[in-house]
Amino acid sequence: MTAKLSLRGVRKRFGAHDVCKGIDLDIAEGEMVCLIGASGSGKSTLLRCMNLLEPIDDGTIWLDGQDISEPGLDPQPVRQKIGIVFQSYNLFPHMTAAENVMLAPRRVRGLSRDDLRPKVTQLFTRFGLGDRMAHYPDQLSGGQQQRVAIIRALAMEPQIMLFDEITSALDPELVGEVLDVLRDLRGQGMTMVLATHEMGFARELADKVCFLDAGRILEEGPPDALFGAPREARTKAFLSRVL
Amino acid sequence: MAETSSPTRTDARTADAPTRREAYEAGVRRRANRIALISTVSVVLAIVLLVPLAPGWEAVQRAFFNGRVFAATFVGLLDAFLLNVMIFAWSAPLIALTGLVIALCRDARAPALFPLRLFGIVYTDIFRGLPVVLVIYIIGFGIPGLGLPRPWNSPYIWGTLALVLVYSAYVAEVIRSGIDSIHQSQRSAAASLGLSDRDTMRFVVLPQAIRNVVPANMNLFIALQKDVALLSFIGPVEIFRQAGVYKSLYANFTPYVGAALIFLALTIPATRYADYLMNKQNRARS
Repeated sequence: MTAKLSLRGVRKRFGAHDVCKGIDLDIAEGEMVCLIGASGSGKSTLLRCMNLLEPIDDGTIWLDGQDISEPGLDPQPVRQKIGIVFQSYNLFPHMTAAENVMLAPRRVRGLSRDDLRPKVTQLFTRFGLGDRMAHYPDQLSGGQQQRVAIIRALAMEPQIMLFDEITSALDPELVGEVLDVLRDLRGQGMTMVLATHEMGFARELADKVCFLDAGRILEEGPPDALFGAPREARTKAFLSRVL
Repeated sequence: MAETSSPTRTDARTADAPTRREAYEAGVRRRANRIALISTVSVVLAIVLLVPLAPGWEAVQRAFFNGRVFAATFVGLLDAFLLNVMIFAWSAPLIALTGLVIALCRDARAPALFPLRLFGIVYTDIFRGLPVVLVIYIIGFGIPGLGLPRPWNSPYIWGTLALVLVYSAYVAEVIRSGIDSIHQSQRSAAASLGLSDRDTMRFVVLPQAIRNVVPANMNLFIALQKDVALLSFIGPVEIFRQAGVYKSLYANFTPYVGAALIFLALTIPATRYADYLMNKQNRARS
């Protein structure tokens, strides 16, 4: 099988702390993969390694058959192809929502605001934020900010989207509106990798769920198999705590 | 105070009437104000009554608080103060710009730019380590001493340069602290969108950093307004020098008091405003 994104033996350590201890993972085009596991199990770090925000210490990452983990490789073209959305939104607070979205396409892809406006307006409207484009981040709710962050990543037209616990910082009543955005993207066939604590959502939509434990993928499989009949004792223990 | 013992009746008061809590707090406030007033009045009274009893008071009053001399010199002092304002007005933008450039030098990460970084470090170390007046002397007397032709021997040029050198070093440090205060997650977000390091600095980090350090820089510029007076040592007849001239003319120190009042008329509102900005920012952060 030819995977869109492949990880082989990926290791990452911070100081004396091994965060990823040799991770193998294949993500096919159009697939949605969910990473679950306790806090500190390495989910976020793994995502940050995938779009080269963190250099990996050992192993290989292949994107469309190209080794993107080669030391010294220019990370910028890769990051344009792999977008990421963070738990804490990380919007630029001094810019309006629309400016947040247009900055990277303007500077990196050389488009003008006028070029971008139709497409950006369409994205905001599609995700229910048509009347929020001129608002600053601190004038938006958490759910709205997170949707702007998703639009900002989508505006670069990435081929893969990474989501790092994007609903974890939200009030419970705002989680739904952000998950709806993910459903929408899933429907469009976007290739997605999610680190998430939303087990119901993972079970409903994921093609594959990976359980991370202490820097390793301990168990992976289709959601029904992993949630319905986990093989590993630690997976069972984790699921019994969160479900 | 409740006339009925029924707990369900507590909402019976009209909407405008103060709650028990509000009434209590108003009482506490009134009492605090009364005590503060009494205390202030007694301290002021004590100063007004006791200081004139000092044996030298008559002489001091004649030398420093002479109404006639004050009236005769005040307009002249104001006139001279215009020069301070002008020197400030052209120094301040130069300082802001140089400070920004030095801060960016110190933040340069590329190995090819290491000389710039080194320059930034040496520059801030040297000029923060020297008394302003010493730099003014060395540059203000030293460079024209090279025998430069007019107008290049003007103390205005070299005095300004001295102020720019010293103050831009401080401004650079303040801006750098502002750059450091921007959370790493903002850089991550910019990098994840494919923005270059330069664009990240220019569009994401710097605009936020500069906004954060406006109050701190305002305090520096208030200090600068005062230090402009140091240029008098190399020639320009600004307010401090002018006050000295009047002092000799009238054999009286009152012009210095007049100069002090003029400085305060400018610096106190500016300081208050800087404090206000600082408090506003602290509130916004918490």
